[in-house]
Amino acid sequence: MIFAAAARFAGAFVLILLGAIIVLLFLGGLGAFSRFGPIFLVSAAWDPVKEVFGAAVPIYGTVVTSILALIMAVPIAFGIAFYLTELAPVWLRRPVGTAVELLAAVPSIIYGMWGFFVIAPVMAEYIQPFFIDSFEGIPILEDLFAGPPFGTGILTASLILAVMVIPFIAATMRDVFETVPPVYKESAYGVGCTTWEVMRSIVIPYTRVSVVGGIMLGLGRALGETMAVTFVIGNTNRITTSLFGPGNTIASIVALEFPESPAGSLKLSSLLALGFILFVISFIVLAISRLLLRPRLKT
Amino acid sequence: MRIVGMAVAIGLAVVASGASAQQITGAGATFPAPVYTKWGEAAKAAAGIELNYQAIGSGGGQNQILNRTVDFGASDAPMDPAKLTEGKLLQFPTVMGAVVVIVNLPDIKANEIKLTGEVLADIFAGTITKWNDPKLVALNPGVKLPSLAIAPVHRADGSGTTFVFTSYLSAVSPDWKSKVGASTSVNWPAGAGAKGNDGVAATTHNTRGGIGYVENAYATQNKLVTTQLRNKAGQFVEPTMAAFSAAAASGDWANAKNYAVNLIDQPGDKSWPIVSATFIELPKDPKDPARSAAVMKFFDWAYGNGDSIASGLEYIPLPAPVKAAVRSVWHAEIKGPDGKPVM
Repeated sequence: MIFAAAARFAGAFVLILLGAIIVLLFLGGLGAFSRFGPIFLVSAAWDPVKEVFGAAVPIYGTVVTSILALIMAVPIAFGIAFYLTELAPVWLRRPVGTAVELLAAVPSIIYGMWGFFVIAPVMAEYIQPFFIDSFEGIPILEDLFAGPPFGTGILTASLILAVMVIPFIAATMRDVFETVPPVYKESAYGVGCTTWEVMRSIVIPYTRVSVVGGIMLGLGRALGETMAVTFVIGNTNRITTSLFGPGNTIASIVALEFPESPAGSLKLSSLLALGFILFVISFIVLAISRLLLRPRLKT
Repeated sequence: MRIVGMAVAIGLAVVASGASAQQITGAGATFPAPVYTKWGEAAKAAAGIELNYQAIGSGGGQNQILNRTVDFGASDAPMDPAKLTEGKLLQFPTVMGAVVVIVNLPDIKANEIKLTGEVLADIFAGTITKWNDPKLVALNPGVKLPSLAIAPVHRADGSGTTFVFTSYLSAVSPDWKSKVGASTSVNWPAGAGAKGNDGVAATTHNTRGGIGYVENAYATQNKLVTTQLRNKAGQFVEPTMAAFSAAAASGDWANAKNYAVNLIDQPGDKSWPIVSATFIELPKDPKDPARSAAVMKFFDWAYGNGDSIASGLEYIPLPAPVKAAVRSVWHAEIKGPDGKPVM
């Protein structure tokens, strides 16, 4: 009796907490929403001196870094999952699988410092000057790889994010690949399919929805990542066409500007409004991933 | 006899620990945090006051003292006078510090490059983009400037250092003042942002052609390549303690309301142009007078005995008349619930 009541309360508590956070963020951001209106979502301004704020640059940075990270992470994660479920000798599967899971547990600040002190100098010293010089004069590519080689920027941030989400996606993919009934695969092998053909024609169609769900889970993590991105994104409120250009994400601008925002100011309100927007984006992404993963995880 | 002696010893120990437990809490600016921490360590033994200082940023410090969740707030930018009145706060300065410009250019030694405020503003505004720009070449005859893109690096987090630096750019460049302005964070027209002094230093160090600004103490400790700047008198000065002190001495303390003295771009042949004071905000009607008294006792001790610690960390101590004025203001303005002065 008491236990059931306590459990019910705990369940309700989560819902209340979630609702309270959404309401508080919305109320906090109301000042900015009512001051700027819908323009807030598309305005690229962020001028604390004149008190003009807009969400376009952080939203752009958040979406672009996350998508670039997925483009880099998904093929590698797929490779890991494929190797672990089909190719690797059985004695190797557990240690490698555990290593992947351990990677997911590394605190994000570690990735941030690694990115800032190891990856950024390499990017600034070798990779960026090489790309900038080789693409000079070629339309589009020239714009995509332009600007002074700071080392930090959109591409570096995406790279770090990719490394961070690979273990999530790989672990999910491996788990759903393992849900494929062996009899399907064995009959495919039986009619003479190669490993790749089994993967492409049996495993992927069977798990497609769940694989997309796992990718969305990684996307959710990439969207909200704060510390590691803050270190390497360059933290500038401009939309640049260059991948090497500095940018901003919602999480990084909130983390950086929060301490210097006086209570009751329009700036604080704008930051809370940004938090609300991020919450909504993450919520949608996670909801989709849950929806897609549900049929497979139940079995 | 032995038992009595032991009892006395225990009693003394209790009294001693009770005295050393006189704690005060403060929060705010990161810029003076090193000197406050050192003062705290020294004052614990010398004055029996234990300081718990949280370097959460100037804006955060102002919020916390307005909410009265700490004993004192600390900020680099002086607080808005209306807010001081509204929050019944007294503001006073503690030490002064300087901001210096750092560069990363091949084969360039410290203080070899000469810059003016206008050129610096143009660089950070993105209108001067190459190191061999005619304006830079004209300022630096005899220095071999490479044909390299300038990569301006600024603070990404809200920061008192940014407030001081942009105040200087606004003072020397009307263009900067109208387009960007001065604040703890501004809408930077060019360059990349980095977190903290260490972030700016590291990004500048990583980026060939980089230029950034950091607190002087940070540049000295890490042996960064600084530049000369032209001051209001038209002289090029190197960032030295003598140049900082010269600027500090020429500040007009007597006429500064709430001690919000302007030390930016001061006259004088030897003055370094980017110097600023850092401030403490203290309630005028403390709920717990004993704690406020301890705060004033702490800073009284620091005024009297902390100068050498401050200079050791490359901060500039306040002039003696300013300290005397602050001490008398403590007595006159901060009153307990009974209306009597706390100090």
